[in-house]
Amino acid sequence: MLVVFLAGAPTVVDSFTLSQILTKALWLGIAAASLIFLSSYGGMISLGQTGIFAVAGFTMANLVHAEGGKHLGWDPLAATAVGIVVATAFGLLCGAIAARSYGIYFLMITLAISVIVFYFFAQVTTLSGYGGIRSVTPPPLIGNPVANPLPLYYTALVASILVYAGIRYLARAPFGLALQGIRDDPARMQALGFNVALHRALAFGVGAFIASIAGILSVWYSTQISPGGISVAQTINILIIAVIGGLYRLEGAWIGSLVFAIIDNYTRVMDIRMGDWLGPERFETVIGVIFLVIVLASPGGLVGIWESVWARRNRAMRGPIEGSGMPTAEALDDAVDNPAAV
Amino acid sequence: MTSQVGLRTVPRILLALVGAAIVAWLAYKGSQNSRLFWIVTLNGITLAALFFVVAAGFTLIFGLMRVVNMAHGSLYLLAGYIAFTVQANQYGVSSNLLSGNPATVTSWVVPLAIATVVIGIAGVLMQQIFLRWNQGQDLRQALITIAISVILADQMVAHFGGIAEAIQQPAPWPESVSLLGVRYGFFRLVVVLGAAVAIGALLFLVIKLTRFGMIIRAGVDDRSMVSALGVNIQLVFAGAFFIGALLAGLAGGLGGTMLAVQPGNDSAFLLDSLIVVIIGGMGSLGGAAIGSLALGLVSSYANVYLQFGTTDLTNYSILLTFILVVAMLAVRPLGLFGRPA
Repeated sequence: MLVVFLAGAPTVVDSFTLSQILTKALWLGIAAASLIFLSSYGGMISLGQTGIFAVAGFTMANLVHAEGGKHLGWDPLAATAVGIVVATAFGLLCGAIAARSYGIYFLMITLAISVIVFYFFAQVTTLSGYGGIRSVTPPPLIGNPVANPLPLYYTALVASILVYAGIRYLARAPFGLALQGIRDDPARMQALGFNVALHRALAFGVGAFIASIAGILSVWYSTQISPGGISVAQTINILIIAVIGGLYRLEGAWIGSLVFAIIDNYTRVMDIRMGDWLGPERFETVIGVIFLVIVLASPGGLVGIWESVWARRNRAMRGPIEGSGMPTAEALDDAVDNPAAV
Repeated sequence: MTSQVGLRTVPRILLALVGAAIVAWLAYKGSQNSRLFWIVTLNGITLAALFFVVAAGFTLIFGLMRVVNMAHGSLYLLAGYIAFTVQANQYGVSSNLLSGNPATVTSWVVPLAIATVVIGIAGVLMQQIFLRWNQGQDLRQALITIAISVILADQMVAHFGGIAEAIQQPAPWPESVSLLGVRYGFFRLVVVLGAAVAIGALLFLVIKLTRFGMIIRAGVDDRSMVSALGVNIQLVFAGAFFIGALLAGLAGGLGGTMLAVQPGNDSAFLLDSLIVVIIGGMGSLGGAAIGSLALGLVSSYANVYLQFGTTDLTNYSILLTFILVVAMLAVRPLGLFGRPA
């Protein structure tokens, strides 16, 4: 139903809303989905997605016709494929480095990866142009996204659906099941003969592949890429989207990105002012406060709030039932110990 | 079994070879121009001193409380802005001598002290209001501090603008000192390096000799046992957070004088702290010292010596930092002196 609505959306909303909110929400959602895939199935909260996103975007932008950068004039689709391959390979390398770390160490190492990629492109101007690569040629299929935003919207929509379905499929495949086992108890999986570090590194590679799709779409969307767009702020924005939506629910990626894009759009025209503290240019403050409130109030994000309200309503109507959302540690342990009962 | 040993030894041998090659390259370059080599080395060491002051607070908080304070860089930058504002508004100090006074020792020390204490208190407030009731949920605490750093970064741009400022060092102090035949900046070499050494020694003594230090060492090993023994662990946590934030504040004042105060410094110094503790091991003071030295020297040498004949690779120097982290994690996933949580 949602897909039908989104497919029909262009007939309902004007092209500004379509481009500024819906298309943007779709590619931001894919970037956030790569983070949520890692956190919900792999137990790895990664801040490295922006770094990979940037590698894909910059590789593609350097290969095609553009202002700044190498402008090698490749075919845009070939450049896209190379961009995704390079970024995925980079992601596998980062995964191999970070896979042996857990929790907060993993978070820090992946943050370091993103920041280092940012400084790399900020310093190496032969690859990033001076202040970015502009007028990047999209493939003929997309055309000019400013003049006609429809093709890019549908491309982003199809990509989002494929990413969502792909992750859902992977989660049920043996690899995904092993990954979830590693999330819950790495020592036990190691004892069962699984190569824990390899699974985590490969999962990071899958996340990198998803993030690189978002990186390519973002370049098509804005027809340019600059070091400023891949800074720590962008890294944090992707994290904020994932947390607002819900770190442990895949749907949360696109819900969070939609909320983010709407807030992004409307704070810039809002009519509230409190001295230097708040005003139309203080978007980061608004989103930061929302982020803080959500982290403090509901670790499951908006999806978590929705689910707890839903569960409470069901309980009130039908008596006690199992809570949804993340299974508790004991439930998971039971499931591992006694799979027949589940 | 033998293949296991082989797999672990190969990266070590490779790293040793790479390390030897780097040392040989530096020795060759150093023998060509020893004055330049010496200055670059001093740059690295003084930069490392600043990194150490920032990272010592970061690692202290983590070691005791398992809190990764992602707002540490924001506290650093906020201290710089506070010191700069107090110096400019209360003492009328300006780099432009036509419109303002030159700084005296008082008008440098007092703003710095105010900024340091204010940041220390801000750190305790942050811990008490947002982190205390989330004890033990380290990822959630990291997310909370990230949210705070986002808000702080935006508010600092709103209130202090986007232009790089600098805290003025006291005019009576000499510009430079002579050391082994080269003249080098007095402030960097004497004040910043001196402060870092003093802080390192003081922290070492406090942790080794005082009762507070004893509780901290015990708390790092087993928090619940310490609190079961009747120690008010919440008070100790607040104290540790105060000292950690205090160090960020002091570093902000020193860094704001030595380098500049500008937007973006918050994430830059957060990254530096992260790299230092990833190399040195989270929670270890000695690790922070070695990590800072490694990071300071590598970035300083890489900025000058990454030139091979006519190929200039100095632009790529940031990659060397990355390689440093990768090399360390390949050999020791928890850093030099890190211990499992």
